Amino acid sequence: MLRYFLTKLATLVVLLFLVSLTVFTVLFVLPGDPAQIILGIHATPESLARLRADLGLDRPFFAQYADWVGNLVQGRSALSIHYKMPVFELVASRLAVTGPLALLAMVFAVVFALPLGIYAARHQNRPQDLAVMTFTQLGLATPEFWLGILLVLFFSVELNWFAAGGFPGWQADAWGSLKALLLPAFALGIIRAAILARLTRSSMLDVLREDYIRTARAKGLRERTVIYVHALRNALIPVLTILGLQLGQLLAGAIIIENVFFLPGLGRLVFTAIGMRDLPVVRDVVLLMAAAVVFVNFLVDIAYAAVDPRIELH
Amino acid sequence: MTDEALLSIENLRVRFRTPEGTGTAVDGVDLAIAAGETLGVVGESGCGKSVTALAVLGLLAAPPAEIEADAVRFAGRDLLGLSAEERRRIRGREIAMIFQEPMTSLNPLLPIGRQVAEPLRVHLELSAAEARDLAATWLEKVKIPDARRRLGDFPHQLSGGMRQRVMIAMAMVCRPRLLIADEPTTALDVTIQAQILSLMRELKEETGTALLLITHNLGVVAQTASRVVVMYAGQIVEEAPVARLFEEPFHPYTRGLLRSIPVLGGRTGLEAGRLAEIPGLVPAITERLAGCRFAGRCPHAFALCRENAPPLFAIGPAHHARCWLQVHPERRRRDD
Repeated sequence: MLRYFLTKLATLVVLLFLVSLTVFTVLFVLPGDPAQIILGIHATPESLARLRADLGLDRPFFAQYADWVGNLVQGRSALSIHYKMPVFELVASRLAVTGPLALLAMVFAVVFALPLGIYAARHQNRPQDLAVMTFTQLGLATPEFWLGILLVLFFSVELNWFAAGGFPGWQADAWGSLKALLLPAFALGIIRAAILARLTRSSMLDVLREDYIRTARAKGLRERTVIYVHALRNALIPVLTILGLQLGQLLAGAIIIENVFFLPGLGRLVFTAIGMRDLPVVRDVVLLMAAAVVFVNFLVDIAYAAVDPRIELH
Repeated sequence: MTDEALLSIENLRVRFRTPEGTGTAVDGVDLAIAAGETLGVVGESGCGKSVTALAVLGLLAAPPAEIEADAVRFAGRDLLGLSAEERRRIRGREIAMIFQEPMTSLNPLLPIGRQVAEPLRVHLELSAAEARDLAATWLEKVKIPDARRRLGDFPHQLSGGMRQRVMIAMAMVCRPRLLIADEPTTALDVTIQAQILSLMRELKEETGTALLLITHNLGVVAQTASRVVVMYAGQIVEEAPVARLFEEPFHPYTRGLLRSIPVLGGRTGLEAGRLAEIPGLVPAITERLAGCRFAGRCPHAFALCRENAPPLFAIGPAHHARCWLQVHPERRRRDD
């Protein structure tokens, strides 16, 4: 178990190194000079050169990369060119929106997907199954932003239950902030629930055909025990993989939904920062997004080991 | 069917309705097993042995299965007339079953102790501690070494033979009156097969449970059963006490099965010179057959066999066979 954990941890570190190198290289070769953007098109060549030197942009590739990683590791934040504040502070404030949004979305996704998937599997090829499959097909075909807009029209404009967008901030209004996340999280969650429900269904169907399910029934166990104790745990293993991928993806920011609901999240931050050639922000945020995906997958690997006793042998 | 039978099946028919058509897997099977008796059911794959057992337990999904019978009586109760819940209470408590594949028949994610204890919890409503203790006792009975310390082991940590022992313990914990064993040794090494069979005989002696032993292996039946039923294409083709079946097999299919048992020194059950095989395959269940179902593979078949299905004829004491050779013995070819 410990060896499994350590192996996965080592993989995590190597992956993060490769990701940081890739991010840095891509941004290094990307056209667009931050100094030019800061000083404007009428800046003199001398002032441009001075600013490049100040920003360290005239130094060789590996020196710049070493500076960046060195600062990150020591916890020293660079300054955002556009926002004129430390990148870490900026990212932390945006993460306070995106993090809860992603988690809440996944809660919605799981709460809808698992019961629907199990229900459909238990009624395979009957009208109940068909209803779930139709409903989830609809979910798969629905664009997020459109669902978001519909939700705003109905719950905000028509019923006036929620604000139509914006985010008051956790310190200022915790309850209001949570409410501001509910509709966007629901829009994100429902669409992910469609995929998860289908996956849960097919995974349950596979497991229900297994010999050990026949054994469980031959023992005279209650159907509830057969489904929730013997089948579901086995069926959840593939579901867990997709769940992890979805969570990682959501942590990387839901740019479109954040725009529909005017949420100051990571997605909008990186979108703005790219437009502004705010390199310190872009590279830190992109690295963070990649790290989130890698880290969630690491957590999924750990969860596998917790669910499946066979893992420690491999 | 006698009154004292523990399980009696009369005219059991099981059909499967599939998009390709309706297939009859079991077609008019009569079986009776007395308390404490060991009955062997023999036949090739696909002849309806397992389906019969699963139908008795109520483990066939309907649809696609359609189950009909004049009666399926167990200890005085009509099984087909019971509700699903009533049948569940019988499964694992009064009728238990073990399966062919020990590698896949245990849940990979649950400790074996818990899996063995489950029937005790659900049927006898024992506390977790009591059930665990009794599960350990049963794991000792099936000769799992160091059983008490292995309650927390998972199936992947055990060999095939050990897993089958766990399956047997799990089936026997509630001391069922009938144990159905579906090819319990087929997936195991030959040396392990003998151990498992002798273990089953031992436990049967101890608990007095009746045993319905399903196998394609007549050798297994010879060692274990007192009476044998031979099935072919969903029907019983021969039924006899075990000694008689081996000494005087009547049906050409039974004779074929006996000739295909390899015996050390090259001699077979019929003292024939070489190991024989039965040509052809069991007909698919969707194939409708006029006449005797074995006619296509039978060396003695004549016109009558292809036109009319033979009934089950009495051959001798407690010996029946579904074969026209009973009334036309002159048709039996001499070399058989």
